[in-house]
Amino acid sequence: MVSAEGVHKRFGRQEVLKGISLQVMAGEVMCLLGPSGSGKSTFLRCINHLEKINAGRLSVDGELVGYREVGGKLHELREGEVARKRAEIGMVFQHFNLFPHMTATENVTCAPIRVKGEPRGQARARARELLDRVGLADKLAAYPAELSGGQQQRVAIARALAMEPKLMLFDEPTSALDPELVGEVLQAMQQLARDGMTMIVVTHEIGFAREVAHSVVFMDGGVVVESGAPAAVLESPRNERTRSFLSKVL
Amino acid sequence: MSASEATDVAGRPDDIRAVPVRHPGRWIAAAIVLVLGVAMIRSVVTNPRFEWSVVDHYLFDERVLEGLRITIELTVIAMAIGVALGVVLAIMRLSPNPLVSGGSWLYIWFFRGTPVLVQLLFWYSIAALYPKIGIGIPFGPSFVHADANTLITPFTAAILGLGLNEGAYMAEIVRAGIISVPEGQSDAARSLGMSRMQTLRRIVLPQAMRVIIPPTGNETISMLKTSSLASVIVVGELLFAVQNIYSVNFKTIPLLIVASIWYLVCTSVLYVGQYYLERYYGRGASRDGTSTLTGRVLRGVLSFRLPGEHAPPGGDEHR
Repeated sequence: MVSAEGVHKRFGRQEVLKGISLQVMAGEVMCLLGPSGSGKSTFLRCINHLEKINAGRLSVDGELVGYREVGGKLHELREGEVARKRAEIGMVFQHFNLFPHMTATENVTCAPIRVKGEPRGQARARARELLDRVGLADKLAAYPAELSGGQQQRVAIARALAMEPKLMLFDEPTSALDPELVGEVLQAMQQLARDGMTMIVVTHEIGFAREVAHSVVFMDGGVVVESGAPAAVLESPRNERTRSFLSKVL
Repeated sequence: MSASEATDVAGRPDDIRAVPVRHPGRWIAAAIVLVLGVAMIRSVVTNPRFEWSVVDHYLFDERVLEGLRITIELTVIAMAIGVALGVVLAIMRLSPNPLVSGGSWLYIWFFRGTPVLVQLLFWYSIAALYPKIGIGIPFGPSFVHADANTLITPFTAAILGLGLNEGAYMAEIVRAGIISVPEGQSDAARSLGMSRMQTLRRIVLPQAMRVIIPPTGNETISMLKTSSLASVIVVGELLFAVQNIYSVNFKTIPLLIVASIWYLVCTSVLYVGQYYLERYYGRGASRDGTSTLTGRVLRGVLSFRLPGEHAPPGGDEHR
């Protein structure tokens, strides 16, 4: 589903990604671990072209991200084409980024109506269904400011799912939450994984990675330090940096 | 009796009853304000040179009302041009293309850097600069053209002068509003597949409105008053109308009072409009409508008619 080969990303003179290579299969859940500043979030943002990569190849579902290859030459995609591809990839942010001037339902229906041209009634019905699925059937008309962090993040998940994505990206979805609210969001994500969604999750929740992930990637300093099955990476890390990181977060 | 009832009813402690702190300083200040106020009102009422009967006579004079109509027309049209132009200039200013953003910068620099009175005089005498104005291909033939003197009447000159000048100020206000919306909002919108324009129109601008509305209200009020400058280029607005009258009967002061009363009436109406606009665009923002003085006054005056007023959408009772 997602394939990266030697992905580089620079911000000015600072090199944030120094050659990331990894594969995510359809239906797989991959957890990206690592200290802050290791480039996990940047890599995630590259996957839906919120950031442009400087070198390497990155493709989703067999198609290059942001470019089209014609006769061995890369052509930048036009804005509309990039947008169409983004619509197939859901993203959940650390700070939820719900639209504060819209109710929960409006947040969920906004993109299906505006981007896909779905009829209003159909979009609303689906929004109700999705919000019910994340346990917010009684908050349909609530504004984000009236919801707790955990509730907001679950609305954000419903909002991303409303576009029926084939891939979901989670950028530290529980890092901004009170400890007691983390569980409800992880539960919604676990349910999603069980339903067979392909997911890439940047997280510090080692327990979640151990239980839900099919593979775990440990990043540091813009490179992949270690990757493999959760049991292998988390229980018996081979790399010294992985070991010291895990000993601190566990 | 359940535990919750016990705390709610029986268990509630008595409110504290303490002797309040006295504030003699405030009392003295209030007394001074009162005395000054009474003295001022007394002089206004008793000084015969105010000629209140003349004010009363001309307040609803046909010529004054016609002037008022033109003042309102000028304000509305010039503001509409200003807002539309401001949005376009602000979006241009944020363009990655240096020519587009540079053009916007240059416009703002020029129109903010020259007095609006000078601009009005410029537009009024535009015929001296371009005797003929036409529509056509740049550097090529023109299809329609007209005499500048007939095309640019004093009224259109005033609209152009006030509107184009306002556009420069509105651009800065709109730009500040757009910048105030967190970047995560457009990240989220774009990750959902929205185009740049959709993101701007559906996500960023509605949120920017909360920042844009209050200074725009100020601009509208300011425009209402600035439109009096158009009297210099013989536009028959409110000030021009009363000037015309007192140049004949020499009742200068009472007629200036007439104009002032109408300006005050208009700005007061704008205050009310601004309050409701602010409340509408503040929805979901957990803001209390009482935060402005106008809001408090309005609430006091209108509370019996607006029961919903006490629970604004997204009110802060959840916080």
